[in-house]
Amino acid sequence: MNILFNGLSLGAIYALIALGYTMVYGIAKMLNFAHGDVIMVGAYALLVTLNLQGHIALGVVVSVVVCTVAGIVIEKLAYKPLRGASPLAVLITAIGVSYLLQSVSQLIFGAAPQPITIGNFGTVNLFGAEISTSTILTLVVGSVIMACLTVFIKKTRTGRAMVAVSEDRGAALLMGINVNRIIMITFAIGSALAACASVFYLMQIPSLEPTLGSMPGIKAFTAAVIGGIGSIPGAMLGGVLLGVIEKVCLSIPALSPYTTAVEFGLLIVILLVRPIGLLGKKRREKV
Amino acid sequence: MALLEVKDLQVYYGVICALKGISFEVNQGEIVSLIGANGAGKTTTMQSIAGLIPIKGGVVNYDGQPINKVPGHKLVKMGMSQVPEGRRVFQELTVYENLVMGAYTQKDKKKIKEDIDEICTRFPRLGERKKQIAGTLSGGEQQMLAMGRAMMSHPKLLMLDEPSMGLSPLLVDEVFNIIKDYHKSGTTILLVEQNAKKALAVSDRAYVLETGSIAASGKASDLMNDESIKKAYLGE
Ligand SMILES: Nc1ncnc2c1ncn2[C@@H]1O[C@H](COP(=O)(O)OP(=O)(O)OP(=O)(O)O)[C@@H](O)[C@H]1O
Ligand SMILES: [Mg+2]
Repeated sequence: MNILFNGLSLGAIYALIALGYTMVYGIAKMLNFAHGDVIMVGAYALLVTLNLQGHIALGVVVSVVVCTVAGIVIEKLAYKPLRGASPLAVLITAIGVSYLLQSVSQLIFGAAPQPITIGNFGTVNLFGAEISTSTILTLVVGSVIMACLTVFIKKTRTGRAMVAVSEDRGAALLMGINVNRIIMITFAIGSALAACASVFYLMQIPSLEPTLGSMPGIKAFTAAVIGGIGSIPGAMLGGVLLGVIEKVCLSIPALSPYTTAVEFGLLIVILLVRPIGLLGKKRREKV
Repeated sequence: MALLEVKDLQVYYGVICALKGISFEVNQGEIVSLIGANGAGKTTTMQSIAGLIPIKGGVVNYDGQPINKVPGHKLVKMGMSQVPEGRRVFQELTVYENLVMGAYTQKDKKKIKEDIDEICTRFPRLGERKKQIAGTLSGGEQQMLAMGRAMMSHPKLLMLDEPSMGLSPLLVDEVFNIIKDYHKSGTTILLVEQNAKKALAVSDRAYVLETGSIAASGKASDLMNDESIKKAYLGE
């Protein structure tokens, strides 16, 4: 029971991050490898606020704002000038941005891990199992955020425009959609979600270092690919699946050293069986 | 008065010159067609005017102002609308959602609903299929949807790129009838066609494009009787 809840809440974290990868891929047609490092930026924003005696709630707001701005600035300065450039150039730039973010935070905060305390939430008794409140919180808030995102994409004018841009950028432009603005909004939303993920992540692992974002970043990217990159429900499914598998593997002593291997093994198997991912859509070739 | 005025338009794909400085105009209330063989540069012309591909040289004036540097999405608000080559409807959205997307620049929700009803009377096939996913429509139905979608923004200038492509003869006639009808309701039309005979039959004037240059131009009725045009484009 405990394992399931922990897995689901870790899955919610992965899903929140995976959404950033998948939305940016779907709409801007690029892999934003610096996305994981945005989590790290959010984490340090939270740390700084707490160190300045700010309330945790303020810290969360600051973290979300800082990440959103960071996402917009990165898109504007690094990726927008490369619109229409070769995918390889964009990919290399993304890796460069990733190292830049890590190096800058190392300059400011140093390389040593720093502890962070996000209050003590205690545990609750659910179905006869002691489950930590932070786990429940992650699960509930994460689900609410994802539900909001789904409604936003389905129901709002901007959300529909995002779907249009992801399907056919040229046709979207002919509808009068400001494609550059939609791409910017996508980066903003993806980064805001990464900030939320960073808060939940720190509740589980209360320690920061400049490379903090790498591992959850890679895991979430894996989740996005498993679910079908470009697909929003796919990212959610992939994230939850990976989170549960990770916690289950960790709970089995014989398997726990190989947890990461199992996760990436799953990725390989899924890509072999279904190259477009679980919920991925076949891209029609243009005629 | 010229609604659209193209002067010495040059467009390049990398180093390849696709349009070598073409000039033409579309006057308010006209139907003008642009005909020419495969690869002549018709689609390039349409897309560069709409801001989909960058213009290298020359001037495009629309509604009295230069639009070379105006971003494509703003042109829709200015009353320019295009049915692109290959239809390019949003395959994953329903017919209804596609039409709503066509009204992206329109703000009045109630008016949008009324417009969709109007489009569905103009295209009864769409009315029957509002909930259908556009990707599952037949080619002809997708063409109707692309046209209906382009009409949702109430254009002053409607540009159509090969609307008859891949359609059965009966449907081709239907498409041309719809274009004529829509023109009567007060919209200026720029039409690109391979089907030169049908295009000239509905047009006031026409331009013949040959590998990136205008090779001939004139009143549609004159071009229809021109011996060299007959030979090259009308298959006579
Ligand atoms: N993306 C592109 N990259 C390079 N060259 C291109 C590109 N698009 C078009 N061209 C070239 O530009 C020229 C004009 O193409 P365009 O599509 O405008 O022709 P068209 O008159 O519309 O032909 P069709 O009747 O077959 O649609 C062609 O020689 C074509 O090969
Ligand atoms: Mg063409």
